[in-house]
Amino acid sequence: MPEEGAVASPSPPSRRRGGDSAVRVVVVHPDLLGTYGDGGNGLILSRRLQWRGFAVELIEAMSDSQVPASGDVYCLGGGEDAAQHRAAAELAAGNPLGQAVDNGAAVLAVCAGFQVLGHRYPSADGQMRDGLGLIDIETRKGTGRRPVGELVVTPSSGLGLPQMTGYENHGGLTSLGPGAQPLGHVDAGIGNGGGDGREGAVVGRVIGTYMHGPVLARNPALADLILSSVVGTLDPLDDSEAESLRAERLQTVRIPGRSGRWHWRDRLTSRR
Amino acid sequence: MGRASRLAGRGGGGVIGGRVTLLVDPDALARLSAGRRSVLVSGTNGKTTTTRLLVAALATAGPTATNSGGANLPFGLVAALSGAAPGGLAALEVDEAYLGQVAAAARPEVVCLLNLSRDQLDRISEVRMLAGRWRQALAGTGGDGASGVGAGAASGDPSADAPAGAHGGPVVVANADDPMVVWAASGAARVVWVGAGLSWRLDATGCPRCEGRIQFTDAAWSCADCGFARPDVHVSVDDGAMTDRSGRRHPFTLSLPGRCNRSNAAMAATAASLLGVDEAQALTAMEPVAEVTGRYGVMRVGGVPARMLLSKNPAGWMEIFDFLRPAPSPVVVAINSRIADGRDPSWLWDVPFERLAGRQVVATGERCRDLAVRLRYAEVDHVMVVDAVAAVAEARRLGDQSAPVDVVANYTAFQRLRRAAVDA
Repeated sequence: MPEEGAVASPSPPSRRRGGDSAVRVVVVHPDLLGTYGDGGNGLILSRRLQWRGFAVELIEAMSDSQVPASGDVYCLGGGEDAAQHRAAAELAAGNPLGQAVDNGAAVLAVCAGFQVLGHRYPSADGQMRDGLGLIDIETRKGTGRRPVGELVVTPSSGLGLPQMTGYENHGGLTSLGPGAQPLGHVDAGIGNGGGDGREGAVVGRVIGTYMHGPVLARNPALADLILSSVVGTLDPLDDSEAESLRAERLQTVRIPGRSGRWHWRDRLTSRR
Repeated sequence: MGRASRLAGRGGGGVIGGRVTLLVDPDALARLSAGRRSVLVSGTNGKTTTTRLLVAALATAGPTATNSGGANLPFGLVAALSGAAPGGLAALEVDEAYLGQVAAAARPEVVCLLNLSRDQLDRISEVRMLAGRWRQALAGTGGDGASGVGAGAASGDPSADAPAGAHGGPVVVANADDPMVVWAASGAARVVWVGAGLSWRLDATGCPRCEGRIQFTDAAWSCADCGFARPDVHVSVDDGAMTDRSGRRHPFTLSLPGRCNRSNAAMAATAASLLGVDEAQALTAMEPVAEVTGRYGVMRVGGVPARMLLSKNPAGWMEIFDFLRPAPSPVVVAINSRIADGRDPSWLWDVPFERLAGRQVVATGERCRDLAVRLRYAEVDHVMVVDAVAAVAEARRLGDQSAPVDVVANYTAFQRLRRAAVDA
């Protein structure tokens, strides 16, 4: 199992759980941040722990309830503009995510949820809004065509992950400050859209990405990287179905040549 | 109007003909709609079935043009109307992204708004944005744009004696249980509110008016922040009967399964009544409809009898669970991700497939691997058979040999199976 935090800033020691206390997986406001099936990430993390004998408490914290600060892993998904704004406002009150991260919790944030973790993000009309400032990123409104399509990413070295696959659909462009490392570099698709081929961000145990799918369905090794940062070394699971899905996706998506230049045909994925 | 367009429009061979006609004559839809009394039906789910039920009802009053093949973009409508005699009635389903454009051209007497939920997010963008476009379109079709959005406010008087559309804008028949639809419809001058139900609420938790939070109870909803609320309904439907605008109860029994189709029938009967067909007569005409362009019907797929069900998004699946043959009967689920399906099948994770536990699911279609992974995490027994016809045979082998196999497919997967099938 890869070492956690190899490309990231220092973080508190791993919080390996005892046998009698359940690992708490919190899906943050799935009624606001769950437009693209991203709620699946919380289910996947929970099952992968249960199948290994861990006791798990899966908490779906709807927006009319307080997000607990005592979780071990948090998942945030994609969402529409108004929902993103409401989620950011509710998370800013009491800052449960910030407290949890300070206590060593892991966070997987996708798309709108990823943007909210940064310093600032844009509303639909381009006005900048304050994010939670948990990671050193900033998102601005994209000016060109919305990045929609398959995304293939080579993870940053040190994460020890195989190539990743997802589906992106976002209007914002995200740039990383010096305090954040990219999750990986784009082989096909747009990713953060900063012009530098970067995708996502990693800061300590906080991971952000534009990959839907959901991302953990297509990339079980990423799920286990997140889990191992919380509970320690994990036994392997039978991931043959996910491997079959990964192989099909990676084979279906056209990877542009070394020039890296994009052609619209690269976005057409049905070459079956 | 140009001779060329008439030539192009005549016997133009369906949708291709419609495309050509629109190229030559961009006003073809307005021209073909002139003098015709039409109803438009739109929404994420139930368009085709509601339109089919409406045609059954309207046909009791006269010849009714329709786009029965589900070709619901402007050129499909042009094709459908090109082949019909001038004048008369029309019941047309319209893609939800094109409703404004079509309504402006066709000037319908009635617009039926069924529901709005996530579907083809790579193409149709966000649900609330779509509701806002509907709202603008309906306020701009000749009505006075009276907002009347307040709690419980039903705008206009739907029971007025004036004929439908007499004020220049359409009467909107709208589902009062869907906040997105209510937001869209309450921009129109005249609205008939129908309690048509909403089994998928996750796309309606944000208030479309103020961005506050919508709270649902069993039979109502309201925004905690601005008071936007479910309007009082004029029409309701239950397991036994429909109660119409005059408060009369009409018992009815459909051949089509499911509560969603009883709601679709109530919407269609209300629309028909606005064109002069009595609700009782309309419902009676709908009862024998047992199949809608292959949906709900039993076909032979590779020699195996299969009941064909279409479901293409989470809201649609919520209805399907309602009438699937119970466990342990196996079910075939076929998933593609072509343009007409939406390229991104991540919606599979919004469907509570856990409810299929206790039976074997045969996963098929071009995205069967995505489905297999979803079912693994749902802890539902499944096998993957890439070829759809072979998948139906496998379900037959696994299950009760005497009953048709239930097959649930999304759009292009359904078409693929239908091409491979013959009517049983």
